[in-house]
Amino acid sequence: MDLRVQDKEVVVPGQVVATGMEYLPADGAYRLDDEIRANRLGLIKIEGKVIKSIPLTGVYLPQKNDVVVGRVIDILMSGWRLDINSPYSAVLPIKDATFDFIAKGADLTKYFDLDDYVVAKIIQVTSQNLVDVTCKGQGLHKLDGGRILKVGPHKVPRIIGTKGSMITMVKKATNCRVIVGQNGRIWLSGEPDKEHVAVKAIKMIEDLAHTVGLTEQVKSFLAEQTGLSADALTVKEEDLVAERPKDEQRHRRPPRRSGGTRDGPRRRPYGERRQRR
Amino acid sequence: MAYEKRISGRALDEPRKITANAGVIKKADGSGYFKIGETAAYAAVYGPRECHPAFMRNPKMGILRCNYSMMPFSGDGERVRPGPSRRSKEISMVTKNALLPVVDLKEYPNTVVDVFIELPETDAGSRCAGICAAAIALADAGITMRDVVPAVSVGQVDGTIVVDLDGAEEHLDENAAADIPLAMVPSTEEITLLQMDGIVEQDTLFRALETVKPALHNIAEAQRRAVKECYQQQAGGDAQ
Repeated sequence: MDLRVQDKEVVVPGQVVATGMEYLPADGAYRLDDEIRANRLGLIKIEGKVIKSIPLTGVYLPQKNDVVVGRVIDILMSGWRLDINSPYSAVLPIKDATFDFIAKGADLTKYFDLDDYVVAKIIQVTSQNLVDVTCKGQGLHKLDGGRILKVGPHKVPRIIGTKGSMITMVKKATNCRVIVGQNGRIWLSGEPDKEHVAVKAIKMIEDLAHTVGLTEQVKSFLAEQTGLSADALTVKEEDLVAERPKDEQRHRRPPRRSGGTRDGPRRRPYGERRQRR
Repeated sequence: MAYEKRISGRALDEPRKITANAGVIKKADGSGYFKIGETAAYAAVYGPRECHPAFMRNPKMGILRCNYSMMPFSGDGERVRPGPSRRSKEISMVTKNALLPVVDLKEYPNTVVDVFIELPETDAGSRCAGICAAAIALADAGITMRDVVPAVSVGQVDGTIVVDLDGAEEHLDENAAADIPLAMVPSTEEITLLQMDGIVEQDTLFRALETVKPALHNIAEAQRRAVKECYQQQAGGDAQ
């Protein structure tokens, strides 16, 4: 009739988490007669009557609206295939790749070449885990320079922190540009020695992701490494990028550039008139 | 003459000394080490990952692929030829069948989970040690599984039921020893591996299955502890 574990405790498959019918099993837990047991390695989370476990390890499973860092592994007839650090690869179709016009039969490597890294957003996942991504949207683009880090995909939420607090602190301390993909790939670019500190900080967050009081630990680490005061590193509300409302997140066309095509000048879109001088 | 005092001096229902660890192979997605007496097994899990060759893919769920292998120097001095053999293929298959009832790969269609088991030293009970190590590795890899799978052998030596036969007991007398490797899902007590080498009466078999249960539950606890300790160590005692 009671709980056998505490909140945020590490549980392993088959471990009895609670007995009796008072609690309900959710993700990562199941009921066997009058016991609730864990069915994967994770941190237990108790929300009222619901018991679930949050995975600590495992591969990345693509999810709609995730922003991922992908690597171009193949060029297809009508797009690119990206490795997204998952058992499943993603397809970036031409129509979702860029706002530029791409002529029929154009050389696709001019836009994304093999081994290029791309920040992309997942727009569709089927039941068989076929994935479509887009590069149209804010912050979605090809990555130039910098370096790629790999972390456990399930540690990404901790690296980002609540409303991005953790990663904002790392950015503040090191002046690096950092992009964290939900798939556990992180791109970062900055001064070499600062980059090094950022890498160490991110590795530290990854290793200690399941512990409490992590923010303070990382803060003191960054303060020691960069010589900044702990106060300077404290992330304030205004530092955080406010989450945009859902409808604003939709693709917005940037101002038109004169995009040429292989076969001549850009054709005017339907309905647009030539300006009279 | 009944076999009352075991060669190793153990009690009749006492398994050999057990050591279990997780996370021993850093590059693998999950890994486990299981040592029972003089038999040791390493297991590394990779995946779920894209399945090759493609004809093995199952669009309904991910597949499990096990590979059991004894190292060349692992036996009793006779060099074990590396690579697949009639024996290792069979053991790979029974290992897969022993683990499959607990793992759930429905969320990963068209993928494969590879389990590689290597045995650096063997002294009877190697398939059981391999299954134990593999279960630790699968749990460490974060695969959804309803329970761990402990495995140990039980048998009859000179008419006496003994748990976890070692090499000396197995080879005591060609006809006197029967050896039954066994794997069980501890929460439901379903048996997922049951093989037999030798001859045993039916009622002896049933008694043997009852005798071995406490040992299997103890091994399951050791496996769970191994996976858990891996995380508590990392936290440096800071984890709750």
